[in-house]
Amino acid sequence: MMKVVRGFYSVAYSVKQCKPDVICAYPITPQTEIVERLADMYANGELGNCEYITAESEFGAASILVGASATGARSFTATSSQGLILMSEVLLSAAGMRLPIVLVNANRSLSAPLSIWNDQQDSIFMRDACIMQLYIENNQEVHDVMPIAFKVAENRRVMLPFMVCMDGYKLTHAYEPVDLLDEQMVDKFLPPYDAPVKLSVDKPLTFGCYAPPPYYTEFRVAMQNAIMGAGDIMLKEFKKWYKITGRDWGGHVVAENPDAEVAVITMGSLTGLVRDVVSEMQKEGKNVGVVKLRTFRPFPVEDIKKALKNANKIIVFERAVSFGHEGPVAIEIKSANYESGADVYSFAVGLGGRDIPRDLIREIIDKVIEGKVEPGFQFEGVKPFEEVIP
Amino acid sequence: MTEKKSDLKTYAKNTWCPGCGNFAILNSVRKIFSEMDTEKLVMVSGIGCHGKIVDYVDVSSFYTIHGRVPATATGIKLANPELTVVGFAGDGDAYGEGLLHLMFAAKRNVDITVIIHNNRVYGLTTGQFTPTSPEGFKGKSTPRGSVERPFNPLLLMLDAGATFVARSYSNRMKNLRMVIEKGINHRGFSFVEILQPCYTYFNTYDYYNERVYEIDEISGREDAEKKIREWDYSSDSRIPIGIFYREERDTFEEKMLDNLIPAKRKRKVISGKLLEKIV
Ligand SMILES: Cc1ncc(C[n+]2csc(CCOP(=O)(O)OP(=O)(O)O)c2C)c(N)n1
Ligand code: SF4
Ligand SMILES: [Mg+2]
Repeated sequence: MMKVVRGFYSVAYSVKQCKPDVICAYPITPQTEIVERLADMYANGELGNCEYITAESEFGAASILVGASATGARSFTATSSQGLILMSEVLLSAAGMRLPIVLVNANRSLSAPLSIWNDQQDSIFMRDACIMQLYIENNQEVHDVMPIAFKVAENRRVMLPFMVCMDGYKLTHAYEPVDLLDEQMVDKFLPPYDAPVKLSVDKPLTFGCYAPPPYYTEFRVAMQNAIMGAGDIMLKEFKKWYKITGRDWGGHVVAENPDAEVAVITMGSLTGLVRDVVSEMQKEGKNVGVVKLRTFRPFPVEDIKKALKNANKIIVFERAVSFGHEGPVAIEIKSANYESGADVYSFAVGLGGRDIPRDLIREIIDKVIEGKVEPGFQFEGVKPFEEVIP
Repeated sequence: MTEKKSDLKTYAKNTWCPGCGNFAILNSVRKIFSEMDTEKLVMVSGIGCHGKIVDYVDVSSFYTIHGRVPATATGIKLANPELTVVGFAGDGDAYGEGLLHLMFAAKRNVDITVIIHNNRVYGLTTGQFTPTSPEGFKGKSTPRGSVERPFNPLLLMLDAGATFVARSYSNRMKNLRMVIEKGINHRGFSFVEILQPCYTYFNTYDYYNERVYEIDEISGREDAEKKIREWDYSSDSRIPIGIFYREERDTFEEKMLDNLIPAKRKRKVISGKLLEKIV
């Protein structure tokens, strides 16, 4: 059923159809409306036997979900920014305990200074947590991705948290037409969670116990194997989803013009604007193409190589900074694609919700094509200012 | 010393909703601070509607991250005990996200004041249930009504070791000013909860106007506890306001620092001759 809805509703409705057993969250802008819509559904009795818990903090919310998930419950939360990084200690151990918690992060900048606006610093910060990360371009995509997230997380070969990252406000609060999922269809795609290992009286076990040096490494190897293997499992589920719904979101990476010599990489909602600018430039005969990066963890090395095989200049629009080094996506691209020798130009734009004007995108791409800028990392759209050194 | 502005107003535009209980707190605080040495004052705020108060008072201030007011204020006080440190936190901020910091600041009896703007709702995130929302509260996160009972923060503070425990109501201006002023002047950890109606998401004016009454200062812990238990944040009983408990006890920094002021501590330079002597 096609309806014009806002991003937070698109997530909430899809999560409802996934029939979670426990939802637990703490309010934070611009995520709050996601769980509030779920709270409404809970109050109306639309969530079946699901328990909806309002926690005292994100730390509490994530911890409650760790407990719930360990008993075999399908578990969901949504958060953002400070909330995500406050959850981080718990989520990292959830990954180590192999608990398939699914969360949506409404991407928002981090303090200080305080900002409620969008960039992707928060989820990028969680890069090394052994949590899958998928970035979303629009509200139909996030709607379609939620059942896949549960299915992949709960796959017995994976058993890891899955984080769906959607740009705060730009997606969470945007109105878009969304084809709302049908219950039976989701039921068929996503069977109830049957935890292979859980807390139960039949077979007592301990989660999170001490692993001395002779054992610790093997647990970490198993985690790495699981997340690396999750890539193929995701691709299979993406394909199944396409077959069922007719909507093809592509794989981990979508190279929209694979022959282009100048490739522009984006992640998240900025893709739409960049695509627009690039197609305008193509009409002018410029050999430039868009590469949409969807899966950030596990990082799709082979897909990236394939997508960039004809590119000799790679532009990355970064929405975060790896302080002390450079753009976090460019770091990954360089490491995946180092054999190609292509130049990588990485530009941090729109930090803390600063507008990313169409003209700026165009100007940056032109600058690179015309060789007016050196490869490497830089901030774009910065006002002149004087740093005061006290 | 720089010249004091008598009203302590700032250029920041006030964005609280008309009718918000925070205005009364702001006015009291400005009046109290304008009679103090503002050079030695620091305001520390949490994140929430309450936190904006630091933008509206022309005094040095610190925005903490959500929930961490008492901990940050403790750090400031320990590093420079000459400062008067006044924290402004919300109920979500101090009773939810950061409750442990509040408990430990009380336990340590750090000489700071923590003022809680208790609107019993998350105001800035637009109206969800908090630890002191009444049972059955129908907020945006609990449309069916919350199933949890609120806790009584004054009881918690008394037990944790706060040496000044008070409550006021933003609509009782004289009491409000008296309680805040005495809290700030108290030596040791002062806990001041202010019932602050959130006009937009939880309008409690009528409820409080009918029930709030002022008490005379109580002496003795047992009587304090009895009085504090009179209202449990959920029932329809009368609501006492005023100073419930006051005790003189050595402060954390007195015990810890022995009159040293870390912020002013200079490294001793040992001269060559002295060094020779020592060696
Ligand atoms: C770690 C973290 N989680 C959540 C938030 C979002 N947040 C901002 S203000 C607020 C609640 C404020 O409620 P309260 O402390 O009662 O202050 P009020 O707005 O009612 O004055 C929340 C949850 C945040 N800033 N940081
Ligand atoms: S939302 Fe409530 S607490 Fe916040 S400014 Fe408005 S009335 Fe005051
Ligand atoms: Mg509040």
